[in-house]
Amino acid sequence: MFLLKIFFLSVVDALGIWAGVGFLFAENWTVLIGLIIGLLALNFALLSRRAYPLRYLLPALFPFFLMVVYPILYNMSLSFTNCGTGHRLSKEEVIAHFENQYYLPEGSERYTYQTFRNPEGNLILLLTSQTTGKSYLSRENVLEAVEMGYPRFIYEAGEVSQINGYRRLSRGELFQILGELQQLSLKRDGETIRLVSLNEFRTYKPQYRYDRKEETLTDLQTGIIYTPVEGTFASVEGETLQPGFTVPIGFQNFFEIIKNPQITRPFFRVFSWTFLYAFLCVVTAFTLGLALAMFLNDPYLKIRYFYRTILIVPYAIPAFISILMWGGMLNTDFGIVNYLLQNLFAFKIPWFQHPIWAKVALVLVNLWLGYPYMMIVCLGALQSIPRELYEAARIDGANSWHQFKEITFPLLLISIAPLLIGSFAFNFNNFNVIYLLTQGRPPIPGAQTLAGATDILVTYTYKLAFGTSGARYGFAAAISLIIFVIIGTISAVNFRFTRRLEQMGEEL
Amino acid sequence: MYSQHTFLEKSFRHLLIWIMIAIALFPVIWIFSVSLNAADTLFGGYRLIPKNFTTSHYQELFSVPRHPFGLWLWNSIKVSGTASVLTVFLAALAAYALSRFRFRGRRTGLIALLLIQMFPQMLAMVAIYLFLLNIGRYISWLGLNTHAGLIMVYLGGAVGFNTWLMKGYFDTIPHELEESAMIDGATRFQTFLWIIFPLVRPILAVIFILSFIGTYGDFLLPSILLTGTEKYTFAVGLRLFTMGPYATRWGIFAAASILGAFPIMVIFLSLQRFLVSGLTRGAVKG
Repeated sequence: MFLLKIFFLSVVDALGIWAGVGFLFAENWTVLIGLIIGLLALNFALLSRRAYPLRYLLPALFPFFLMVVYPILYNMSLSFTNCGTGHRLSKEEVIAHFENQYYLPEGSERYTYQTFRNPEGNLILLLTSQTTGKSYLSRENVLEAVEMGYPRFIYEAGEVSQINGYRRLSRGELFQILGELQQLSLKRDGETIRLVSLNEFRTYKPQYRYDRKEETLTDLQTGIIYTPVEGTFASVEGETLQPGFTVPIGFQNFFEIIKNPQITRPFFRVFSWTFLYAFLCVVTAFTLGLALAMFLNDPYLKIRYFYRTILIVPYAIPAFISILMWGGMLNTDFGIVNYLLQNLFAFKIPWFQHPIWAKVALVLVNLWLGYPYMMIVCLGALQSIPRELYEAARIDGANSWHQFKEITFPLLLISIAPLLIGSFAFNFNNFNVIYLLTQGRPPIPGAQTLAGATDILVTYTYKLAFGTSGARYGFAAAISLIIFVIIGTISAVNFRFTRRLEQMGEEL
Repeated sequence: MYSQHTFLEKSFRHLLIWIMIAIALFPVIWIFSVSLNAADTLFGGYRLIPKNFTTSHYQELFSVPRHPFGLWLWNSIKVSGTASVLTVFLAALAAYALSRFRFRGRRTGLIALLLIQMFPQMLAMVAIYLFLLNIGRYISWLGLNTHAGLIMVYLGGAVGFNTWLMKGYFDTIPHELEESAMIDGATRFQTFLWIIFPLVRPILAVIFILSFIGTYGDFLLPSILLTGTEKYTFAVGLRLFTMGPYATRWGIFAAASILGAFPIMVIFLSLQRFLVSGLTRGAVKG
């Protein structure tokens, strides 16, 4: 057992160190640090007697840190950057990208070529310069001068047909590997030679040179000098090079929310609608759920378990399915709801075209989805209210309204309040209902941002990052950071409410 | 506060409840009817018992390669199943340690876990997306558009809360059983595996089912992280049936909905009594 452990550990450590060296050379510090911490924790857990509990905890902590803690921190740091379309890569990656760009200078050397392949699929190229007439053989992307009388060449009809087990490819075969040939960049005396047409290779020159000391990028073809300005390389005349790179921009994302009027107004509409929506969802679902629970809790009601089971059905169906279903039912022109309204009352409701009606539709659908949860919860809470209270009240002459107002509701609220707040927090981020029913539509007229009339903060974030018109990761991260703060506050209030933390302190 | 009611009161109550039941069941019955109607439109479903009955929508679901419905359903089951099994196992291990061992940092850890868990993981969607994008460069099977990556994300999100839930349950199990087993020579891990694990099966089952249903019903993460149609889960795939060329053909969507929803509905309704206790402890849906 012990040997097995040591064996396992040494294999993991070896792999880890091997990967770590890779990250070290790639200068990927975040991953490297994470890797080192992970490895140390694993070694500590398995080797130290004192860390025995860690052996049980580590498997759960690993995904928790990787996929919850780290993303939350990463999200925070992202919100202070300009990361997004055109600014996605790091500066190093962008420089590497430019250093890999080549241009074709006037009158550069031309080469004809022949391609040879061995049975394993490896390629060798034989290039002949049109200017000097010299021949070169490629070896691992480096060209070496070669005499045509090279002993390994096998000639056929005056042309080289085989080299050292490599067979010459016909033109047809060449077409098949054209993609591979286009990727090649061959080196000869510091020059780069690449494919320009099916017939020839030519000498290319690197287009950019980056000066690490001066932080300037020079276009060697035109001589223009670019310097990094807010995440893009820009010349003095204001010309910019794409792609740009990610740079920290401080609180600019947050300022934009407050200062840019074309964003501010839609944002605060979204912001207030998010609160209103979550509030309406909780209130409507709670009211209906409580009313049904009161009915079902009546011991004189027959087959109440049957009723209960049927009434839970909306809760048992995966929400995304019922939301999409409702989307069809509420379709303005073809939906069954409008069909019934038309036949019974002779009018139609523009469910998804008018902002107010779209909001009504959202709350109604959410009510259908959410009341069973409230019903279940209220049923449980009602059953825990002692019967004696009601008997005492009846003796004192209280009618059923008074009993509800003075006994049921206050007692119920004590046990349900935390769940109501939890439900508020949940609906605050209820992505599925909004996105699958209205996608945030109808649009706000004249708004410069993607926000629609029914968007809540989460769907707005989603659209900013993954919508159709370019990704604004940094800005989206800033908005999700705002949601984080709101949700954190709500949860803190909730804790105060339940005093769970204090109780916990005693229990643990 | 309840008493025997008059006939009128009783009928009124029953009437109200039946209206509610009608509203609750109407969409379900409607979608069932549309799925069997040859007319294949939203219009078609106005007669609850379709005039021209057909099962062709169900057949089309499995026969047209453009929308690999069976594959999507299988992807969903695979992802949710794997994530849930791992969640249960990892959370049980962690909960056992937190419930049985006393070590430094235990209390702080528990509280920290609870506090971090208050922030919904999906809010960090941008970071998760970019993170998986970067992981994919080094470990291709864990990056974007892989099920392993998605499972990993779910695992991280579920493990914290469920550890707490299970710890509470573990605390109610007396220590004596393990102690006697250890006197008989069992190691710690053996007592966990052979004594505690069987005892806590009910809560394990509840957590398994709840996290299965939870991940099965998730739309946001797979819609971001999965980019290839052949990798889609059912939730992402189903939406395609309401868009583009399918927007006016509801038969197919209805059939897919029925097949995707029915198993979950049956499991949930038949086990509701066990599931409710887990739900009311704080997991909220809808």
